[in-house]
Parts: sequence; C-alpha cells; structure tokens
Amino acid sequence: MRRMLFKSLVHGPLTEAAPKADDAALAELAAQVDRTARLRLGRTLSIREVDAGSCNGCELEIHALNNIVYDLERFGLRFVASPRHADVLLVTGPVTTNMREALERTYQATPAPKWVVAVGDCARDGGIFAGSYACVGGVSAVLPVDLHIRGCPPSPITLLQGLLALLETVERSVK
Amino acid sequence: MTETTPAAIKLRDVIRAGRQVENHSPWARAVINHEDWRQAAASLSDGQWTLLGLWAERDQVHMAIIDGGDLGLLSLPCEDKRFPSVGQLHPPAMRLERAIRDLWGLEPEGLADTRPWLDHGKWPPATFNDVAHEAPPLAARDYAFLTAEGESLHQIPVGPVHAGIIEPGHFRFTANGEAVVRLEVRLGYVHKGIERLMQGASIERAAMLAGRVSGDSTLAYALAFAHAIEAAHRIDVPPRAVWLRALMSELERLANHFGDIGAVCNDAAFAMMHAQCGHLREQVLRVADRCFGHRLMMDRVVPGGVERDLQRDSEQEVHSLLVQIRKRFPELVELYDNTASLQDRTVGTGIVSSALARQYGCGGYVGRASGRAFDARRTPGYPPYDRLQFEVPVREDGDVDARLWIRIHEVEQSVALIDQIIRQLPRGSIRDPAQTVRTSQAHEGVALVEGFRGDVLVWVRIGADGNIERCHLRDPSWFQWPLLEAAIEGNIVADFPLCNKSFNCSYSGHDL
Ligand code: SF4
Repeated sequence: MRRMLFKSLVHGPLTEAAPKADDAALAELAAQVDRTARLRLGRTLSIREVDAGSCNGCELEIHALNNIVYDLERFGLRFVASPRHADVLLVTGPVTTNMREALERTYQATPAPKWVVAVGDCARDGGIFAGSYACVGGVSAVLPVDLHIRGCPPSPITLLQGLLALLETVERSVK
Repeated sequence: MTETTPAAIKLRDVIRAGRQVENHSPWARAVINHEDWRQAAASLSDGQWTLLGLWAERDQVHMAIIDGGDLGLLSLPCEDKRFPSVGQLHPPAMRLERAIRDLWGLEPEGLADTRPWLDHGKWPPATFNDVAHEAPPLAARDYAFLTAEGESLHQIPVGPVHAGIIEPGHFRFTANGEAVVRLEVRLGYVHKGIERLMQGASIERAAMLAGRVSGDSTLAYALAFAHAIEAAHRIDVPPRAVWLRALMSELERLANHFGDIGAVCNDAAFAMMHAQCGHLREQVLRVADRCFGHRLMMDRVVPGGVERDLQRDSEQEVHSLLVQIRKRFPELVELYDNTASLQDRTVGTGIVSSALARQYGCGGYVGRASGRAFDARRTPGYPPYDRLQFEVPVREDGDVDARLWIRIHEVEQSVALIDQIIRQLPRGSIRDPAQTVRTSQAHEGVALVEGFRGDVLVWVRIGADGNIERCHLRDPSWFQWPLLEAAIEGNIVADFPLCNKSFNCSYSGHDL
C-alpha cells in the first residue's frame, strides 16, 4: 500500500488531468463552478439525493460526481445523509405512487431555505414511464421544482452544468 | 439415488405430457393440469428442478424451470382466478406469488403469507391491468412485519429513504443488542408498472422500457429482450452485431464490478480502493461513451442487432483500456489481499450457505460465491460465448470476501473476453433490416441472459398486430434479496451496509 500511496504522490492527482476535448470542457466548467460557488456561497451547499422511483441509471451518474475524476466536494457541494442537513434535494425518477409520501416527508424534513432539483428525463415529466398507474409523473407534480436537469441519465458533466445553474438560482433567491 | 428419494420427474416428460404451445421458442411451453402443476411444485421443493421465474396474465400463470440442462415453461389456466401455490412448498416462489396476487388478482391457493408485496395500497383502483383492483386494507405503514420474540429484542426501522445515494426500500431489523436476529426487507417502492406499460407497446418502445428496468443492467435487459423477440420472430442477427453485443455486455460487467468492489471496500472504511476502482469504472464508461455514444450504452442493443457500430479507431480505445486495467488492477487486488484490517471485515461476514443458494437458484456472484456454478452464458448459452474461452469462477465460503473474489475473477475474465472479442470481431452489417414481422398469429419468445448481477429472464408474447401483448422481465434480485436476509442473521447491525453492498441487489429491477 505504501508503494501505491507513494506512486500517487509522484504521479499527481487523477482528478481531471488529461487535456482531451471532453476533459477540456470539464476543466472549464469545473473552474466556473468553483468560482461561482466561492463567490456566492463562500462555503458549502449540502445535497440530499432522493430516488423517487428511478431505474437507478441516474444514481450511477450522480455517484460518479463523487469519484476522483469529478470530485464534487472540491466545489463545496457535498452529499449529506439526512434531509435535515440539506439545502438541496436532488430527486430522480418518475415519482412512483409508492414513493410519493416518502418524498413529501423528506421535503418537509428539509429546513428552509431549500431547493429542489429534478434529475433525469423521468423526473421531469415521468419520461418513458409517464401514464403508468404506478407513477405520479414528474417531481413537479409533487414538489416545487427549481431546476430540471435533462438526460437519460444526464452525464456527470451535464449534472455539473446543472449544479452551476443551481448555484445561480440559489444566489438569486437568497439575495 | 437412495430409496427415500422420490423418483426424479423429468421436465421434458411433463412438457411432453402437456399441451405444447405453438410458436414458442427457443424452449417449449406446455399447458398442464392442476395435478402436474402441484407435482412441478414438489419437484422444485425436492431440489430436482430450479425455479427461473413465476408470473401471470389475466387468466393463467406461467413458470420457467431449469432441470439440469433442460429449460422449459409450464402454464396453468386459472378459470376461477386461483392456482395452487408453489410457494407453500417452495419458499423462493412466495414473493413472486404475492406479486401475482397484487398485480393480477389471482389467488395462490395455500400460500400462508397473505400480505401484499408490491402493492402499498396507493395505486388508483380499477386501473391496473383492467383487473378491478381493490386497494388492500393495509396502508404501507401498517404492514405487518414478521415478529421475533424474546427478551431485550428491539426493532430498527430503516428506509425507504436511506443515508447514501441508493435506491429506496425498507429494512426492518430485529436486534439483540448489536446482533441481528431477523431482517425483513419490504420492497415495491419503485414499482413503475413497466409490464403494464409494455402491453400494447411497439417493439421499439418496449425495448426502451426493457433497457430501463434496472439502469445498471441496461445492456443485459436490452439483450435479453432482444433475444426473446428474435426467438419469437426467428430473426437472424448479423454476426458482427452478436459480437458487439458481447463486447458491450462485458464492458457493462466491468464497470459494475469496478464500482462495487470499490464500494464494498469503502463500506469497510477503506477509501483508497474506492477511489482507485471508481477511477477505473469511469474509464470504462468513457470508453463506452466514445465507442457507442452513451456511457451506460442504453438503447444500443435493439431487436435485430445493435444500433451503433464500432469504428476502427474506437477498437484502439478498447485496447488501451485493457492495457490500463491489466496494469492497475493486479495492484489493487494485491492491496485487498494484503490489507488485514479490510479482510477482518469481509472474511466470515454475511455467509450464504450453498444449500440456500441452490434452493433459491441464486445467480450471479452471490450464487457463485456459495458454490452454485450457474452462468447463463454457459447454460443455456448464447453466441458468441460458445466461441470464446472463459472460466466461471466459483467459491464455497459464501461470505463477503468470497463475493468480492468472484467479482475480482470476473473482472479478469471479462478483460480476457474483450481481448478475444476485439481480435475476432467479424465485419459486416450490424442490424437485420426486417423489423416488425406481421403475422396472423401471436408468437412467443423467451431468453435468459447473464447480466453482471446474475441471470435476467425475459418472456414475451407478440400479438398478431406486431405489438407486445405481454412481457415479463425477472431480475436476478428476486432470488437474492431473501438470501441477504438470511446472510445478515447473527451478524452485527454495523456490518449490514457491507453485506448489502456485497449483494448489491436491484430495487428497480425487482419492483419493476
Ligand atoms: S432518466 Fe433515464 S436513467 Fe434516469 S432514472 Fe429515468 S430512465 Fe433511468
């Protein structure tokens, strides 16, 4: 293990290094998110993720935000375990009728001011699951949504872009 | 065979004795009588046969069974909305039958557990499957969990919303101090009604739905669905597409195994493995994106072939990925193997006995870590795996450590497979142009595909109009969730996340 740790010290971080086309885009976006976050919040924004019936594809990409390539926490955006610690609810899925109550209760448990971000095409309007007897169809049918991030699932880059937009929304509403 | 063992009944003979359904392939489906249905349940409970799936439609129930190397389907008409419960003899069928009762209103006669399963009392009445649906009298929060009696026992309710970024489900622990006495899982929170949405859908739309049953296994589902359609309509898939499908399947397996190996170690508070494995996973997803235009490769496998061809320079991408994995992964394996504090958490934790794995027909790494050497790429098998060399790793210990080692070996096998696929990739077209075949009769197809988590079963009936009449998709998790409940017994509550992650069952795939 010591050998590996030493190697990582010598090699430098794996966090977004290689300057290829898509990496360049990410680096640019990352810098932007960073500046905005510092400027407007000065500290951290806590996010609570709620799966309201997703196929779990969106969760995989939200997870990826935490890997060492995207390393979301460096922007002061972090995932927390309880809605009571959260500023933002990141909601996925078409809101199944069986999850509706849990989603509402999670929202109620989140202290104000709070923001809701609907992640993925099915969180937007039910997506491919729209019209099912078992789906409410979109987060906005249940909660006030501040931002929609499109995609099935949205890539980590799209998610980062969305979070940047969120920071702007937050800024506007706290002013 | 000892004298006490009842004479084994062959699935083949039961099918021959029944009324064989025309236009069903590749395995036979026979409509049988009550007597034979009960006998089949007995053969399952004796351990002669293994249950692959149990589902229903308006007026009949179907079972998919594997008997040695033989696969087949048995169907029973339920004129009076009842059928003899299989679950009363064979516990792995219990939750499947509770789901049938919820979704189709058919009563599994003799099933002691009368609680609903997927139905939480929230669906609007009379909309489901046009079966007059009556909301069960119990609201979700009144659900009667199984009890455990004894002094100083306490219950710990967890979920449906969990602390991490994971899917929703409820876990009810009964604990004696730190030790778990009983765990009961309550699922159904992410039930989306996918099978109902499929009824009447075009094949194209149904394929997209199949690819969204469980996002982490989108490839496996899309492939199983495509196989079932192709079997029903006897569509020949161009060789290049067959090989590209295998390439994508192995990439999906790699991505998931990397993610989970890291996550299991993370739950044992070993963050470095998590960081490294997460990076490898990201590399796989990026290669998938560059090769096929989608990180998870959703909608890339379609009935008749694949949607996106692999370009020459992309072959190089795949090759460099293999080089990178071969260089870095062995170091990580060595790290896992040499870190005593990590092994201390994984060895001997969450043991699944081989008897249980066999009884439940438990697939994937959970089954293989407990001695069940089943792999759908071998049995029933599908091309191009018959032309590829690979091993199916098996261990007997059945603990978290064994499940991790199976994953490690499967990574090695997938790397070797991708290497072979890239070398032998045939040229040519990637999609059969004949799309919807319209015939005057219904056609049925069935398929079993090995996803990263285990075998995915898809059964489909295509109507005369070329649209889906009924489609059933069975996630491997159906036969893994109950084993997680067994595995945690006697372990401490704090080891639950570790056990749970080592299974990584799908909620969405199970709830549908
Ligand atoms: S948007 Fe797509 S990936 Fe996300 S949960 Fe819905 S179907 Fe799955």
